[in-house]
Order: sequence, then C-alpha cells, then structure tokens
Amino acid sequence: MSNKVQVGISINGKKVQKQVESRLLLTDFIRDECNLTGTHLGCEHGVCGACTILLDNEPVRGCLMFAVQADGCEIQTVESLNHVDGTLNVLQQSFSDNHALQCGFCTPGFLMTLTHFLKDNQNPTENEIREAISGNLCRCTGYANIIKAVQQASQILQKENSNCSVVSAQ
Amino acid sequence: MKKYVGQSIKRKEDYRLVTGTGQFVADIKLDGMLEAVFVRSPQAHAIIRYIDTLKAKELPGVHAILIGDDIKEKINPITQFESHSAVPPNVAKEINPKIQFNAESVLAVDKVMYVGQPVAVVVAENRYIAEDAADLIKVEYEQLKPIVDPYEAMKEDSPLVQEQVERNIQMEFHLSIGDAKQAEQQADRILKTRVQTPRLSSNPIETRGVIADYDNRTDQMHVWSATQLPFEVRATIAHCLGWTEQNIRVTAPDVGGGFGPKGGVHPEEILIPYISNQLNRPVKWVEDRLEHLTSARQSRDQVHDVIVAYNSDGTIHSLRDEFVVDSGAVNFFGFTCAYNTAYHLRGAYKIPNYDIKSRIVLTNKTPNVPFRGAGRPEAVFTMDRVIDMIARKLKLDPVEVMKKNMIQAHEMPYDQGILVKDGAKLIYDSGDYPAALNQALEMVDYEGFRDRQKELKKAGKNIGIGISTYVEGTGAGPFEGALLSVDSSGKVIAHLGASPQGQGHETVFAQVGADALGLTPDDIVIKVGDTAVLPFGAGTYASRSAVNAGSAMHEASLKLRKKVLAIAGIMLGTTPDEIEIEEGKIFSKDDPAHFLTLKDIFKRVRPAARPPLPPEIEPGLQVTHYFVPPTVTFASSVHVAEVEVDKETGFVELQNYSVVHDCGTVINPMIVDGQIQGGIAQGIGSALYEEVVYNENGQLLTGTYMDYLLPTSMEIPTVKKGHQLHLSTRNPLGVKGVGEGGAISPPAAIANAIVDALSDLEIVINQLPVSPSRLRGLIKEAEKKQSTILSK
Repeated sequence: MSNKVQVGISINGKKVQKQVESRLLLTDFIRDECNLTGTHLGCEHGVCGACTILLDNEPVRGCLMFAVQADGCEIQTVESLNHVDGTLNVLQQSFSDNHALQCGFCTPGFLMTLTHFLKDNQNPTENEIREAISGNLCRCTGYANIIKAVQQASQILQKENSNCSVVSAQ
Repeated sequence: MKKYVGQSIKRKEDYRLVTGTGQFVADIKLDGMLEAVFVRSPQAHAIIRYIDTLKAKELPGVHAILIGDDIKEKINPITQFESHSAVPPNVAKEINPKIQFNAESVLAVDKVMYVGQPVAVVVAENRYIAEDAADLIKVEYEQLKPIVDPYEAMKEDSPLVQEQVERNIQMEFHLSIGDAKQAEQQADRILKTRVQTPRLSSNPIETRGVIADYDNRTDQMHVWSATQLPFEVRATIAHCLGWTEQNIRVTAPDVGGGFGPKGGVHPEEILIPYISNQLNRPVKWVEDRLEHLTSARQSRDQVHDVIVAYNSDGTIHSLRDEFVVDSGAVNFFGFTCAYNTAYHLRGAYKIPNYDIKSRIVLTNKTPNVPFRGAGRPEAVFTMDRVIDMIARKLKLDPVEVMKKNMIQAHEMPYDQGILVKDGAKLIYDSGDYPAALNQALEMVDYEGFRDRQKELKKAGKNIGIGISTYVEGTGAGPFEGALLSVDSSGKVIAHLGASPQGQGHETVFAQVGADALGLTPDDIVIKVGDTAVLPFGAGTYASRSAVNAGSAMHEASLKLRKKVLAIAGIMLGTTPDEIEIEEGKIFSKDDPAHFLTLKDIFKRVRPAARPPLPPEIEPGLQVTHYFVPPTVTFASSVHVAEVEVDKETGFVELQNYSVVHDCGTVINPMIVDGQIQGGIAQGIGSALYEEVVYNENGQLLTGTYMDYLLPTSMEIPTVKKGHQLHLSTRNPLGVKGVGEGGAISPPAAIANAIVDALSDLEIVINQLPVSPSRLRGLIKEAEKKQSTILSK
C-alpha cells in the first residue's frame, strides 16, 4: 500500500501539501500530518460526532472521509475558533461559562457542529438546539448545560449583530 | 472560613479543552514511536490449536508479533486487585465468603474465554501496517461449548470457563440479620419476584489508550494510560512483569471519561510496556470503538430472586434475596459490586429481617467490573420495584408504602445492623429522607400530577409518575493524599493522587485549598494524574475524590498555613495567632497595611541562603497529608420521573425528571449539578436504551453504535434539581460523594413511572432496558390477559 497521492488541503487558512496513501483517513491526516490533535476520534463509524470538522463550511464527520477526498477543500478545525490573541470566541466562552463540558473529549465536535448551526440560525429555540446537536454524543454532561451554552452564545451573537447593523445603518 | 467553597467557580481545565489543546493519550507523539494492534478472539470459548504469524511477520514495517506462547513464562496473569478485593476479617466472619482463584493471561494461552480477548499483538511502523499484518495472522480454533447463562454455568456438568473454578462460582457469600423465614410466616402477605439488570458498557467517548516509553539507560518505564487508577496500573505492571515499582511512572493525562471500567487494569496496559521494554522503543496503542464494545470491561448484569414479607398496611417485615452476578470470564474486583448491592439494598428503608445470598459466576463474556454506581443501581432497581409492586398489590399510592418504611430524621445516625465493605458498622451518618421525599413531591406537584393523569386518561393518554430513592455509601477509603509546596513564584503547588476524568479536580481542590490557606484559587496549581507527583494514591472511583482528596487537600493546607504563620510571626515580630492571611496577604491583625506574601515567606525558608530561623522550623515550605476516612459517608437522593407511554408503539417519552439530593457540603454547585445531570443521563440510557447483548454462542451482537444505543440530546431532559444540606460527620469538609448518584435511580424511577402510566393493565417491569419492543410485548400480553378475563 505504498501508492502515494498528492493532496492539497487548506486547514484553518493554511495550505498544506502532502504525499499520502490514498487510504489515509482525513482525521489521521489532520491529527498526524498536520499536528492538529483537537479533532478527536470517538467511534470511527460516524455516530459519535467527536471528529466533526467544517469542510467547505459544512459540518462533516472527518472519520468517514479519506484525505484524498478533501483535496482542494477548505477545512476548519477546533483550533481555528479562538482569536489570534488566544482569547476564546463567543461559543467557546459560553461553553466554559455554563459548564458545558466535563472531560472535554467530545467538545471540539460539538463546537464545530454549533459553529455552523449558529451561522444559519441566530435565534434558535431549545428544540432546534437539541436537534442540532443530536448527532454528537456526550457521555458526561447530559447535554443540558450544552444547550444553556448555545442559548447564551446565540444571545450574545444576536446582540453583536444588531450592534453591527446599527453601525452599518448609520 | 468559606469564601470559595460553595461558589460556582469556572473551571481551570476548560481553556485547553475548548481550544483543542488538551492532551489525551492519542494526542501524544514520541520520536521513533511504533503502533500496536491486537488480534482478538472471534470465539467465546475455544481451544487455540495453532497461530500462523509467518506472513504477517514478513510484511515490511512490522517490528514484532507476540502470541500467548511467547509470554507464557514471562508475564504473570492479571489477578484480583487486592486493593479492591480484600475482605476485612470481621466482614468475612459475618458473610462467610467462599472464594476461588481466577485470572486472565494478558494474551490468551491455550484457550480463549470471551469474544474480544487479546490473542496476538502486532507492532508496526504505524496503525495501518499493523492492521494489515493483523489481518494476515491465522488462528485455528477448536470450539468449546460457550457458557452464556450464569444459571447454566453453575450446573454440575457445565463446562468450566476457568478450569480451577468449580461450578464456575468464583465467589459466594451470605449476609443475614434477623429471621426472614420466621417473618414470612407471620406477615399478612408474601411477594416473590425476579428482577434483573442487563450488562452495560460504560462508553466514555474517548476509548482506552496506552503509550509506553522505556529508557534502557536509566531502566525507567514511562506509561501514559487513559486510566482512572494510575497507581493501580503501576502496581499491576510491577506484579505482572516483575519490575521494580518505583522504576515505573504512570501518567493519566487528560482522560476522556471513565465511569468505572477505565479503572479496571486491562491486558493492554501490561503488554504495551512489555513490548516497549523488549524493543527499546516507544509503543502506542489506541483502542477503536469495536474493540471498546467487545473488550473493554463491562458491568452490571445481575439477577435477583426476592421474597418479601409485608403487612396489609404496607409495612415490610423481611426481604430475602438470592442474586447472581454474571461476571463474564474473570472477576478482578472480588465482592465489590456484589457486596455493594447487598449492603445498599434496603436504602432509606427499615427492614429488620434481611437475608442475602450472592453468587458471582463466570461465563464466556467480557469481564465485568464496577461502573458508575457499582452494584447500587441494581440494588435500587430491585428494592424500588418491590416497593412499587407492594403498593400496587395493596392498591396504595407508592408514596404511602415508601413513607411507611422510611427511616426518620430523628433516628439518625441510623445503624442498619450490618457491616460496610470496609469493615465498619453500616451507620448512616446524616440525612432526612422523609423531608427529601416531601420536597421532591412538592417540586413535581405530585397531587396536581395525579389530577392531570386522571384527566388525560379520559382523552386516552397514558402519563405516569415514578419515584426512586437511594442512600449511597460514598467516599470509600482507603486513603488519598496531598503534597503541598510553595515555589519561588509564591504559588502553592498541590500534588494529588486522585486523577480526574472530567470531574474538575484542578478547580475544586484549588477552592478547598484557597479557603484553608487564605489564598485565591488562582494562587494554587493542582497537579494530578501522575504517579511521579506523590508516593501513594488510589484514584477516582466510588464517588470518593471530593471526600478523600478534598479532605487531604484541606488538612494539608491547614498544616501549610500553620508553618506559614510560624515563619510570618518571626518576620513580623508577632505571634502566629495575631496573624491573618487574606487573598494571599499575610499581615498582623493590628497592621494590615504592612503585609508579606508567600513569595517573601518562601525566600526566608528555602534551604539555601538561610537566614536564622529557630531550629524547630524545618526548611522549605512543603507538607504532606494523607486522609484516611473512618468509613464511607452516606449521600442520598429522591428521583421522580414523569413519562408518557404510547400503548400502540411501546414508546416511552420522558417528560420531566426531578431530583432532590444531599451530598453534604457542596464545593462547587455548578460542578455538582453537572455531575447529577450527567449521571442521570447515563441512568436514563440504562433505563430505556442501553444493553450489551450476547447470543447463545457468546457472540456479541452490540458491537457498534447502531446496536448499542446511547441517549442523545433528544432523549435527555434538563433535570430539575433540589438540594438538601446534611453535612457528613466523617470528614472535615462535611462533603459526601456525588459522582455516581445520578446514575443509580433512573431505571427504578422510570420503570415505576411506566407501570404507573399503564396502571389499568397488569404490567410487571422486571427487566431493563424498557425498550419499545420489550414494552410493547408486555402491553400486548397484558391486554390479552385482560380481554380473556373480560370475555369470561
């Protein structure tokens, strides 16, 4: 299995070119070739959601794809979320504020699922949040605080956006 | 002074975990690291005739392949963990245990005992090559009769899982007080029933993983493992490999959930260090989910046959229970789960005549270990189903029967007349169970629910309410320690043996230390999860860390404070009792403006360049305290489930879940609430969805998440929580454990609620999970019975 293929993937805004085996999983590419270990593997059969990343702005299971399938794509992982100065973004901060994580292993997957969700739905109901995260398993929190965190984040984001629109209207 | 204890301080651990910079075992990379993959048995019970590794060995990139024959005389099998299995002499006298030796070789030798047992290990350049090689290994098996039913296993002529364990009964004991048989003759009524809880898999989202790095220059072995018990891993490696324990360092980095089974030392934790030593290279193994579901230790799996004598007013006079624990192929934890069940079964109730026989039986399944609750969910499911059945037989509200038998507040501390697992008398230290029950009933508007239930019944809707209570011995010993030192920056560094898997130790122990020392939690750095930081430690299990490590932290902090005050007294020219420490400022009461810091004290007391200090003050700012609890402390809880059942589909909708709990002093309410919500989520899973299923050949049928169902955000409601604060009398903080409690009661509360929702049918729920198909079956059967009676 030494047939190697050239792939070029943009990860968190940085273009990565590598020769890889065609059978290399995308998650192994991200974790081992790019040293971005925030993307976690929980089940490797597409159920737990711990490996969720954004691929061309859509949430996908990294464990269900080969690296070669992502050739030419743009990927965002959990490492892209905090600000350049290291401070947490609104969603990350809301997770910490609301104790929405315990062991934290599933957390990157939740954050990536929710990053996409909150872009599309700025004012979600509790049921919409529950549905949005129903593809991510958490074994510690019992989900309640994750829902609270999303509610806090969405309120802050709404406020920020309305401030922006006021500014742009002026 | 409590300034930080009791506050919902945000967790210190969160930053790295929300930025993806936490370090789990799988994230660790070492130079020259190889990767291991295991070949596992597809047979439940078979003789290994031949293993062909030739082709696999020839594959480029393969460094080593080991099978059972290679390690036969070199690696001792894993045996019972003495730290958890020892039966104190007075307990032994009371329960007369019969124990037969059992063990597991770290690679199967001659025969396999369960599907998933490691048969061979391949080490290669990377996991891809190792998996290719594993596929090339051919194993020839000769099938033996698999034993999957513990009752079959105990029959005279049944095949043996382990040759030396007669009748496959690894351990049995008998606990008895009063005279149950006599009580049965005198009581108005007798209830006989069988109650069972299924086998479960704990399923942390991070699977297991081990890395070993041997340094031949210093003969040091560093092992990283996703474990709850780094000290037990160290001891077991030393035992199995005959190495000097102090040459082994075990680190548990960030661990992605544990829940019990990550506390059972597994064969891989012995083999990976062995191979690293043999190859003189770092070796890594990370489990995949299929391996986790087959090979990681499982839990629960008990069957109870109970006979209960009671009067027509609901008073219970006696309870006899003969229960069997299906332990799978090996039992490493002695009577831990079984005795937990036996001594917890009466819970908040007074039952004077009590007779328990327990047998731990070996079968051809994955070995069984403690899992969140460890024997208590089984006890509570049995007891609370019994209470509910009695109520229904007597046509009383279950609450009435509960109240009839409940221990009253004025009877505290209450002596249950038997012994705890550690040999102490089973005396509930504090609590008010009737008040907790009343608070819970008020919280859910019990009377209002009953009215609503009647109304909805008319509209054809079936809602029901179910209650469960438990009393849990938490904070099990034997001890936990804290080593505190001050460094040149003035920070307090606290080394603790109890390593976490998401419980927030870095935060809560800093809160405890901050209060005792007069600092802020930011002034204290907590170091955990490494056998190099402290000589002895036990670990995080049995709802014990806040109790034992918390108390050790508190006592060690007071010792450190005493030393700081003594030195500050000299430096400030006053006596220690005239000195205050607030937010890190150390000052004389009459002159707060003129203060010292820990940095100043450190400078004065460090061993080098020592200015004069009285000879009785030892240099350095370092203290150690090991806290040894007198015995467990009893937390308690009342759980109330509200459900709606669809008779047509058997689908149960959990509408509300409420809890009133007492864990004594709450160190961090946010974290305690998180533990309760998370525990209840796991309890809901075991009530309605989760079950490890083996077929009659011992083949596992639940090897993926398509078959083993874990609850998602759609199934878990936000739990309503009420608190009671009855401080523990058995530790200086007044804390009781809370980690496991949430998982204990949901199966009983939910099952009772389902029976209540279907009260017009005679439905008996004695088995979990209450899946739609199982419930639909019960409904159909009951409807048939009812229509037969009506047509007669």
